[in-house]
Amino acid sequence: MEWSFTPDSLSGYLIVSGILFLFGILTILTRRNAIYILLGVELILNAAGLNFVAFSRFGNLGVDGHIFAVFIIILAASEAAVALAIILQIFHSYGTIDLNETNLMKR
Amino acid sequence: MEQILNAATPAFFETTAPAWIVLGIVLVPLLGFTIQIFFGKRLPRQGDWVPTGAIGISALLAIYLGIQMFRADNPDLCYESSSIGFIWKWLDYGRCKLYAGVLLDNAGIIMLMMVTVVSFFIHLFSIGYMHGDRYYPRFFAYLGLFCFSMLGLVVSDNLLFMFIFWELVGFCSYLLIGFFFYEEEPPRAANKAFLVNKVGDCLFLAGILLIFHVVGSFNFREIFAFVESGQWVESASAIGVYSGISPQTLLTFAGILVFGGAVSKSAQFPLHVWLPDAMAGPTPVSALIHAATMVAAGVFMVGRMFPFFTPTALLVIAIVGMITAVFAATIGIVHNDIKKVLAYSTCSQLGYMVLALGIGGFTAGLFHLITHACFKACLFLGSGSVIHAVHTQDMREMGGLRKKMPITHLTFLISTLALTGVPCLSGYFSKDAIIANALEWGMTKNGAAYVPWIFATAAAFMTMFYMMRLMYMTFWGEPKNQEKYDHAHESPPVMTIPLIALAILAVIGAGTVFPWQTASDTWYAALVQRPEAVAAAATAGMPHVAESFEHMYKGMHHAEHSAHYIALFGSLAVVAAGFFLAWLFYGKRIFSAEKVAARIGPLHRTVLNKYYIDDFNDWAFVRGLQKFCWLFKVTAEALIDFIVNFMGYFTRFVAFIHGLFDKYIVDGLVNFWWWLTHLLAGIFRVLQTGNTKDYLAIALLGAVVICLVMLFV
Repeated sequence: MEWSFTPDSLSGYLIVSGILFLFGILTILTRRNAIYILLGVELILNAAGLNFVAFSRFGNLGVDGHIFAVFIIILAASEAAVALAIILQIFHSYGTIDLNETNLMKR
Repeated sequence: MEQILNAATPAFFETTAPAWIVLGIVLVPLLGFTIQIFFGKRLPRQGDWVPTGAIGISALLAIYLGIQMFRADNPDLCYESSSIGFIWKWLDYGRCKLYAGVLLDNAGIIMLMMVTVVSFFIHLFSIGYMHGDRYYPRFFAYLGLFCFSMLGLVVSDNLLFMFIFWELVGFCSYLLIGFFFYEEEPPRAANKAFLVNKVGDCLFLAGILLIFHVVGSFNFREIFAFVESGQWVESASAIGVYSGISPQTLLTFAGILVFGGAVSKSAQFPLHVWLPDAMAGPTPVSALIHAATMVAAGVFMVGRMFPFFTPTALLVIAIVGMITAVFAATIGIVHNDIKKVLAYSTCSQLGYMVLALGIGGFTAGLFHLITHACFKACLFLGSGSVIHAVHTQDMREMGGLRKKMPITHLTFLISTLALTGVPCLSGYFSKDAIIANALEWGMTKNGAAYVPWIFATAAAFMTMFYMMRLMYMTFWGEPKNQEKYDHAHESPPVMTIPLIALAILAVIGAGTVFPWQTASDTWYAALVQRPEAVAAAATAGMPHVAESFEHMYKGMHHAEHSAHYIALFGSLAVVAAGFFLAWLFYGKRIFSAEKVAARIGPLHRTVLNKYYIDDFNDWAFVRGLQKFCWLFKVTAEALIDFIVNFMGYFTRFVAFIHGLFDKYIVDGLVNFWWWLTHLLAGIFRVLQTGNTKDYLAIALLGAVVICLVMLFV
């Protein structure tokens, strides 16, 4: 595999997308606050969206990738709404949104 | 049996009237018992009217049957299973079938009337006598069960069912003697009665089985027909087991075994010991079971089986009856317990009946059974009335009760006179018939054959003496215990009405009051005649026995009239003498009973101790058995215990080996699996943190590993 950093190449987009994904994962694994975890999930979604757009630009998918990106944005918005509602419920039940405290599966 | 069954197996609803009536007479008391035992406590008046009403219905039905019998006026009237259409196949073992059926001849119908009527009055008396008892309803339930059993015994047409009911009456007797089970004496007496009866029952059962083995049937009619046709001789000879015994001897032996049942049930010497002790039961029970009905069952059974007895067997029966009649009367003279005196009197009178049957006085014996039931029930109920009033059974504390209890006194006196054979009363006809029969028997033979007559006359003398002694000590003379006398009172009407009714029966029981008539002029003799003695046919192979049998009966007709008057005046003379002597002793007090007793000290003591028969039984059977058991105990300890202990040790050893295997192999395997699972679980449970992020991290790690593997492998 050859690494080339030309401004308008697929690998540049994929690298940015990979970095976004990594940040998202790290956020999820390290943060205890549910809001931050939600933000991490958003980063992963955006990384995926970026991938779709990039492959749409450089591949032969046509307009499909763009449509998927739009769907992902809509999905992220809905998911954020649902997740925030869940977090609100967790707060109501436990009095905290620290996910290390909500390990009922273990207990 | 097949014949009977085929001839008469109509549907139950097509049966003729007597079947309904007979079944009604028997089963209504059973129904009463069933209701009373389950619901008695909850019924009004504790249900005493249920069994009383039931036996009342039975009595009415029996009287209806009796009226039919009187109208038929036929000495051979007989309701059999085949004629009235009631037969029930109880068990079917293929070749051997057991049936229940009805056999009612005139003697049986009269017996049914006597049992139901006397039972009804005793039920009535019990209402007053048992009033306020703790187990009042249960008492009536037992009475109902007893009536059912007794009536079943009378109507059974075969030995097997007779035996079943025989045992049932014995069981009811046990229950009722031990009715006051919370006291000391009654349960002991109940056990004694039951066990002594078992001795006779075993003989009876052995006799029944012997007959069944030879004849192949339990049915009375079939047995008699079998013997009459001479098949007994063939059959008994054909059965190898009896090859050493002649069929005639076997027939005699079977008869004596069957009679053994009557010896215990009818309290004959030497199995009479239970009857006086049975007086520990409530007095109505003594009247019903131990005077009127159950003890008469033995005599009735001998009457039923009468054709079956050979001359030798009849001789045994006569001797046993003769001994009992005198022997019991002597004990009756010395006892001071009013009920014990009556018990020995019953014993003695039963001896009369058995003697009568033994000497061929079939009619006289069974007639005395009927009349005796009426006046002896009245005597016992009268003694119950007295006991109820003075709360003691000891005659030495009574006296002068005539003024306090006029009705009881009068009925008691009438019954006493009937019992002692004073002319015009029912006992006179039946008892003198027995004595006359005894004399006839003696006149047809030589020398020693007069002994039954002498014994019967002597017993009549003693009967008068001890009954008058009882009258003087209880009702006449001066009160001996003023306190008890002052508290005495006449019993309530529910108790005096049965007394009056039974006293009336004691007067008119013979159906005639004219002293110049004899037993052969009474209604009983017109209806009940001696059956054909079929055993004579079976003994045809032994001429001298058959001859003696023929001689025994043939000669009697010739001797009858001359014998009757001698016997009559003889017994009247001794009865008068008995009364006179009792008057001298207890009325005028010219002689002192105590002084005479002291003069003949050892004899008096012997009689007072009932001739030491109880002590002999205790020594021979109870303690002898104990010694015998001790021998077994020693043997058991030495030998059986060794085997048992060895087996114990051996088992323990095997169990020890088995235990090791169990502990180390079986348990080891189980524990190993436990240990392995525990170990693995300990490893894997570390991963299960319950924290979502940890799972995510592990999943990611897995994904990275998979990616690396795909890239580089």
